[in-house]
Amino acid sequence: MDYSLSRFLYTLLGLFIVMNWGMLMSSTMRRIIARVSGRIGIPWYQPWIDLIKLYSLRSQITHGTMFYLGPVFRLMGGVGLFLFMPMIYGSAYFMNYSFSGDLILILYFQFFGMLGMALGAGEGGQPYSAIGISRGLSQFTTIEVPMTLAVISLAIQYDTLSITEIVKAQQGSIANWTLFTNPFATIAAMLSLLGAFGHSPFNLVKAPNEIPIGPPTEYHGTFLGVLRTNGAILHVTEAALFMNLFFGGATSWLELILKTFFIYFWSVFVGVVFPRFRIEQSVRWFLKWPTLIGIISILIWM
Amino acid sequence: MKKDFDKDALSDMYKDKFLAPENEIRFVNAPDGSIIEVNPLDDYFCQERPKELKPRKGVVEKFLNWARAESLWVLGFGTGCGSIEIPPLSTPRFDMYRFGVQMRATPRQSNVFIISGYLSVKTLKRAIRSYEQMPSPKYIIALGSCTINGGMYWDSYNTINRLDHYLPVDVYIAGCMPRPEALLAGFGKLKELIKEGKAEKANEYIQNLDWYKANQKKIIKDWNMPDYNW
Repeated sequence: MDYSLSRFLYTLLGLFIVMNWGMLMSSTMRRIIARVSGRIGIPWYQPWIDLIKLYSLRSQITHGTMFYLGPVFRLMGGVGLFLFMPMIYGSAYFMNYSFSGDLILILYFQFFGMLGMALGAGEGGQPYSAIGISRGLSQFTTIEVPMTLAVISLAIQYDTLSITEIVKAQQGSIANWTLFTNPFATIAAMLSLLGAFGHSPFNLVKAPNEIPIGPPTEYHGTFLGVLRTNGAILHVTEAALFMNLFFGGATSWLELILKTFFIYFWSVFVGVVFPRFRIEQSVRWFLKWPTLIGIISILIWM
Repeated sequence: MKKDFDKDALSDMYKDKFLAPENEIRFVNAPDGSIIEVNPLDDYFCQERPKELKPRKGVVEKFLNWARAESLWVLGFGTGCGSIEIPPLSTPRFDMYRFGVQMRATPRQSNVFIISGYLSVKTLKRAIRSYEQMPSPKYIIALGSCTINGGMYWDSYNTINRLDHYLPVDVYIAGCMPRPEALLAGFGKLKELIKEGKAEKANEYIQNLDWYKANQKKIIKDWNMPDYNW
């Protein structure tokens, strides 16, 4: 792996682009949701203003060390996901620090932020945080099942655990995409993606208006600013993970922006159509259809 | 439990009879046999007096004030009957999101507290707790006539008349009830005040904390919370 300074700086630049694209994407999606319900919606630059305001609050309180570390762990989950993800295939600058076993590490990083957040929000002492955490962890555990099955199926299909190798195998034509060569794994993963992005019907974790804000109920100011920064990074990187695994990766930033937009849009599209699941409904749903399809996707490669 | 009156008569007289049982001083046996005193008001709450937080100077504060004005997060706490005017703001007809106004469900993440109508004595206590938990700079919009002089509840036995004796108000919206349009106009006014740097009521509250606390304690008999709810 290349540990030079220029590689480090290019990775930082990539992180900056990804963060800003994530914020623009989230405001665009909120505008789309608003249009569906007949509103105009927030201005496209609203996430940046919110961030400036959050970082400029004058008074902040803390509940202890873990309360500080919660958002830091969460940010580490998002940045870690980004660091080991090849963003632009074939680019000398934006391959980041991907290596031969990065797929396993990335699956781990997906869960890492949630666990850190659980510890931090737990120290806040707010009962709604505790409810949000228990719901979030139980739902995310079931999301991981179809996702992991799909990844195992891909590992059997391509005989590798390197994301770069998987992207490489999909180059050439659209017919080489995993979407067409391994549709069952794609379906299982795209269904688990609905839960990972936390839009309706699987938005019970943050459940606005029901359990106030979920895990970050006690977080404010800079803490919340870090969490929102991470949210922007995480959304793009997770979409980029699915893009790399199933939709042929990206060879330019424009392609990455288009593909991540449509992958994220898929969860928004489902979200504006369906109302919210209760937690036991969503857990059962993930363990039923996506898991079955995931098992089939492995069986056909046996 | 029957108490020995003669023995405790004097101390009972000075005891806070509104102190909740869970906040009373108690003694706990530790596993090693020692006895630990637990004073919940000191151990579980922060008793520190808040300090005035001065704004920055010059262009920086202007820029930050612009950001604060364009990103108003409203605490979704319906205190009086006027709270029925708040939900229409998120409908297509009024759509407050256009103006950077968003609803938050927790005081920790909110900047604007809408006191929507009358405040009963019981709600006043909750309103104070919520207001003090919000991070500074914070703003209060008082909605409806009841917050100005009591309105139709002027001679009620259980509501307060003038809100600004208990909490600092930035913007009043008069009417009974004001329509959502009036509320949007109120947000516009608040934005103007913030951009001009005149919405510093959070600091005024801390400067005159003793006066506000005296007023509040005159009304709220079962205080049962720390002086300032961090």
